[in-house]
Amino acid sequence: KIESLKVTVDFLKVPLGLKKPPLKEALAAVPGPGRPKPLGVERHKPRRSNTMDNESQYSGYSYKSGHSRSSRKHRDRRDRHRSKSRDGSRGDKSVTIQAPGEPLLDNESTRGDERDDNWGETTTVVTGTSEHSISHDDITRITKDMEDSAHLDCSRHLGVSLAGALALLAFLTPLAFMLLPQLLWREELEPCGTPCEGLFISVAFKLLILLLGSWALFFRRPKAFFPRVFVFRALLMVLVFLLVVSYWLFYGVRILDSRDRNYQGVVQYAVSLVDALLFVHYLAVVLLELRQLQPQFTLKAVRSADGTSRFYNVGHLSIQRAAVWILENYYHDFPVYNPALLNLPKSVLSKKMSGFKVYSLGEENTTNNSTGQSRAVIAAAARRRDNSHNEYYYEEAEHERRVRKRRARLVVAVEEAFTHIKRLQEEDQKNPREIMDPREAAQAIFASMARAMQKYLRTTKQQPYHTMESILQHLEFCITHDMTPKVRGGHGQAGPRYLTAGPTIQYHKDRWLAKQWTLVSEEPVTNGLKDGVVFVLKRQDFSLVVSAKKIPFFKLSEEFVDPKSHKFVMRLQSETSV
Amino acid sequence: QYSVILTFLSFQQRIEIHKLRQGDNLILGFSIGGGIDQDPTQNPFSEDKTDKGIYVTRVTEGGPAEVAGLQIGDKIMQVNGWDMTMVTHDQARKRLTKRNEEVVRLLVTRQSLQKAVQQSMMS
Repeated sequence: KIESLKVTVDFLKVPLGLKKPPLKEALAAVPGPGRPKPLGVERHKPRRSNTMDNESQYSGYSYKSGHSRSSRKHRDRRDRHRSKSRDGSRGDKSVTIQAPGEPLLDNESTRGDERDDNWGETTTVVTGTSEHSISHDDITRITKDMEDSAHLDCSRHLGVSLAGALALLAFLTPLAFMLLPQLLWREELEPCGTPCEGLFISVAFKLLILLLGSWALFFRRPKAFFPRVFVFRALLMVLVFLLVVSYWLFYGVRILDSRDRNYQGVVQYAVSLVDALLFVHYLAVVLLELRQLQPQFTLKAVRSADGTSRFYNVGHLSIQRAAVWILENYYHDFPVYNPALLNLPKSVLSKKMSGFKVYSLGEENTTNNSTGQSRAVIAAAARRRDNSHNEYYYEEAEHERRVRKRRARLVVAVEEAFTHIKRLQEEDQKNPREIMDPREAAQAIFASMARAMQKYLRTTKQQPYHTMESILQHLEFCITHDMTPKVRGGHGQAGPRYLTAGPTIQYHKDRWLAKQWTLVSEEPVTNGLKDGVVFVLKRQDFSLVVSAKKIPFFKLSEEFVDPKSHKFVMRLQSETSV
Repeated sequence: QYSVILTFLSFQQRIEIHKLRQGDNLILGFSIGGGIDQDPTQNPFSEDKTDKGIYVTRVTEGGPAEVAGLQIGDKIMQVNGWDMTMVTHDQARKRLTKRNEEVVRLLVTRQSLQKAVQQSMMS
């Protein structure tokens, strides 16, 4: 029976007209992007196969913003780096964001950095001593990228390696402070017993904590490539840089030059630097992580093509970060964009399209005629529209009915199909030929409901989204996890996958996840969100219009209700005769 | 201001009812509804549904009240000088049915009266 069903499947493949993409493609798409965990050594293997497919393209132009809040100093230095990579026209405020995935370097982390790597969202993972391997990764990836992003990558590259160097410097400085006296004038040093040892231990542990904290906070795969510098991060880098430089200055003058003998003092000096670095780390946590948590704004994202909209609450974010946030949520909240569903049914439209013929009677001069004509046409057309809404309504009702009928057939077919399959129990003794793995089971079942499924998908215009391969995979998944037919074809979590247009992210990644979004904004994108800010995220066929509104200030007042005050009486309406 | 007061007074009417003796009781021949302990929203006769005054809900035919000119829907403002606008239902009943009184003088107000006066004022 299985063989016969398999044969039926093969036979059905032909007339169904469903696409069957090569397996390789399907498999390549499975390890998706967007895994947020910071990886260690395994990072060295780039996912080359997915470079082009997933949201991992970094590109874009970067423009100078006149109003950016970043510090002047750092921007000047960036200018020098950036001048060679300038591309496109100035003054146009549209920048390109390319969404996440590959650990490409960002262009924001310039020089100046904290003890370790300081970039949160747009950083590559740096493992220990592997700066070079990361650069290697990126260089190889850069060659695959679009041409105009090559310049940017170089400068980002430069920025990140500078930042990494500074981080390393900051990390090693306290150790250097403590080691140099030992190396240079060991004989003259005063012996320093227990207090020094205590200080050594504390330095060791604090450095360890710093390392762990930085790893937790900054070693993250970048979510997105931001077109502009991230202000806070730059600020922090500058801070660390200044800190380290001033410590070295004092060290050089007071200790190295004068060959200070008090070793305990030197060690304490080093400890104070480590403390200062820890505090800067705390500042980083607050600025980069905590400040944006408390919701301050409500963002409304509306898709221009079909009007679906969603609301999100965010905290204090810059426009570009808010854009990335919106995009992250877009992929799991918005139903997939289906251009086929947007148009009015042809029968309705065709009536509208038919033109008017205007005949002029009598002798009127031509100028009057033309304006009169056009006005008459418009007026007649306006009046005429009254009828087409009727047709639209009936067409919609008919379509609805058709969809429901097909859906009912599909559900029944699925239920029936599932009755053919049963999980093999241990105690059953079955012929080995009859035992199937999930894939075969899926194929066996698929034949019986293929027709109903296909008709349903055609009616709801979803057939481009579901290839046969993906359907089979989903069936396999359901069978493996013992999901009931309801889940499979009906009302459960996986069911609506077919019955309604599901969120974009569940579909095959190659086709539906965007490679590029363009951020269009009237204000510079590093500005923070304010009440009434509107920006647009564009793709080729539609755009997301996002508007921000401040969450209003709530005045909560208190009213005390004494539990004893809850007393009631009957409503009386008596009538007495006197 | 004088004219306002005068117009207010003219909305009211004085009615004198002589009680009828029936066996051991003295009856007036009408029924009352309302009171500050009652639900004013269910009063069909009041214009203002928060009015908790005493209203005449029924007038028995041929009784002393009808003879004296009391009509259904009248609001009783005073009984023998006692105010009836802020009394409970039971207090109102008691003031009307005092055993030692044979005559009760009511001060009533009536919507039809008000309307008549307003119309005459306007014309």
